[in-house]
Amino acid sequence: MATANIEVSETPLVLYALRRADDALILGHRLSEWCGHAPMLEEDMALSNIALDLIGQARELYSYAAKAEGKNNDEDKLAYLRDVRQYRNLLLVEQPNGDFAQTLVRQFFYSAFADLYWRAMMNSCDTTLAAIAAKSEKESAYHLRHASEWIIRLGDGTDESHARAQAAIDHLWAFTGEMFAVDDGERVLIHAGIAIDPGTLRGRWLQTLSDVASEATLVLPQNDWMQQGGRVGRHSEHLGHLLSELQSMQRTFPGLTW
Amino acid sequence: MYTQALNTAETDDRGLEDAGRAAQFQARIDAEERIEPNDWMPAAYRKTLTRQISQHAHSEIVGMLPEGNWITRAPSLRRKAALLAKVQDECGHGLYLYAAAETLGTSREELVDAMLAGKAKYSSIFNYPTLTWADIGTIGWLVDGAAIMNQIPLCRCSYGPYARAMIRVCKEESFHQRQGYEIMLTLCRGSEEQKAMAQDALNRWWWPVLMMFGPPDSTSQHSDTSTKWKIKRFSNDELRQKFVDATVPQAQYLGLTIPDPGMTQDADGHWRYSEIDWTEFKQVLAGNGPCNRDRIAARRKAHAEGAWVREAAASYAAKRAHRQTAQAAE
Repeated sequence: MATANIEVSETPLVLYALRRADDALILGHRLSEWCGHAPMLEEDMALSNIALDLIGQARELYSYAAKAEGKNNDEDKLAYLRDVRQYRNLLLVEQPNGDFAQTLVRQFFYSAFADLYWRAMMNSCDTTLAAIAAKSEKESAYHLRHASEWIIRLGDGTDESHARAQAAIDHLWAFTGEMFAVDDGERVLIHAGIAIDPGTLRGRWLQTLSDVASEATLVLPQNDWMQQGGRVGRHSEHLGHLLSELQSMQRTFPGLTW
Repeated sequence: MYTQALNTAETDDRGLEDAGRAAQFQARIDAEERIEPNDWMPAAYRKTLTRQISQHAHSEIVGMLPEGNWITRAPSLRRKAALLAKVQDECGHGLYLYAAAETLGTSREELVDAMLAGKAKYSSIFNYPTLTWADIGTIGWLVDGAAIMNQIPLCRCSYGPYARAMIRVCKEESFHQRQGYEIMLTLCRGSEEQKAMAQDALNRWWWPVLMMFGPPDSTSQHSDTSTKWKIKRFSNDELRQKFVDATVPQAQYLGLTIPDPGMTQDADGHWRYSEIDWTEFKQVLAGNGPCNRDRIAARRKAHAEGAWVREAAASYAAKRAHRQTAQAAE
């Protein structure tokens, strides 16, 4: 027996929190897939650690979304009982791990953004979001450092690692534009000082990427075609498989406490 | 997570070494002094410890696989985070133990290679599959419980780095054990389906967990030297009995039945268990457990697929060192 999806009243604030929560959960889940299978034990530790930070961020954001919605939902219902069309994460974070280069480039693109984003969000007039941002910013700074160091090692390592890192950059580039997009609902929050405009961060994000890529002897793509859709539930085919695994227990055994 | 009593006897080669030093060494052990990496030690002591500590490290690392199997399917976000943190702890134990083993003169690479080549053992318990979420609770409760029973005495092991590693590891294991028991408690207070899941997991794990303590004392080959060197302080059967005595009341509290109809309680309070199927144990050690091939294949795959990453890191480090030297020379 399958449990039906929950309904969520997506007010701008609820949707805002859900989108960031979904980013954190899906990326955390992807990273957790490495646990026990990383290229070295130190990376089993590091990737698990980053995954834990992200899952922690997701839990706080889901709880806040549930509170803002004021219905009967909670962090687990929001995570486990929405289907692929209800998920609001960036396409970037749901992309499969691929090889270690692909995982680290995905992390680098995201963390370079998240670091700037959460730092700016510390000034939100919403005290809960400002507090979540303060914690997330500290974590993101470490995630960015870890990813940057690996991009440099891989780019300036061997011919093979260079080729793999460059291929990952070329492959994932088209998923980065979505991070800076804003819709009407979010614009309302921006005007109210609750959210910040991610578009204003793109220049600095690009600078971080260029600096690291240059040290890594890697090249950022010139093409500016960007895939979008994650924020409104139009995902890649990958997310459905991830969710079927993530949600399998809650879907198989409806309504139980674990 | 756990070291198992798998060591075979080392030949006593002290005759070839300085008899005076050997006597001094034993006197230090008898006086409960800790042996440190730079101290003189008999070659057989070094070899026994290298083997035991590295087996323990391999067990931590292979032990990540059965539990890791449920990270992506944990039933709530809280459970997911707790399980991920637990498996990460096991990895940390592995790293810590490899470092302790390295103080005896063998590199982590050599030790890992021996495991991947199938020459070094790891705990037999990890060759069983985790089929349901209740297995995650059961592993925490019983496997970590057995590990603690075995490792508490190792906190007083004569070799300093191992003893100190065990103190830290035991603290974390004890947390894992409580976490596992709490998962079981939640299941046992849940639906009929959840209770059945918990009982089924206990049925499958009980006997393999008892085997974790190693062969019965009547057939154990190595206890004499290990005991004399204060690496081992209790026999396999003594530890197994302690574990059973501690666990039976816990199972009763959960309302679960230990899958041993012949179990009885002595007048002195000890729970006497039925004969263990040592054929199964030997089969698992020989590579014929349900997951032996999968476990080693997973470790080999991670190692092989990570080779280019490790090469890249080494190459980059060499380039950077070269550039720094060149800069300094300018």
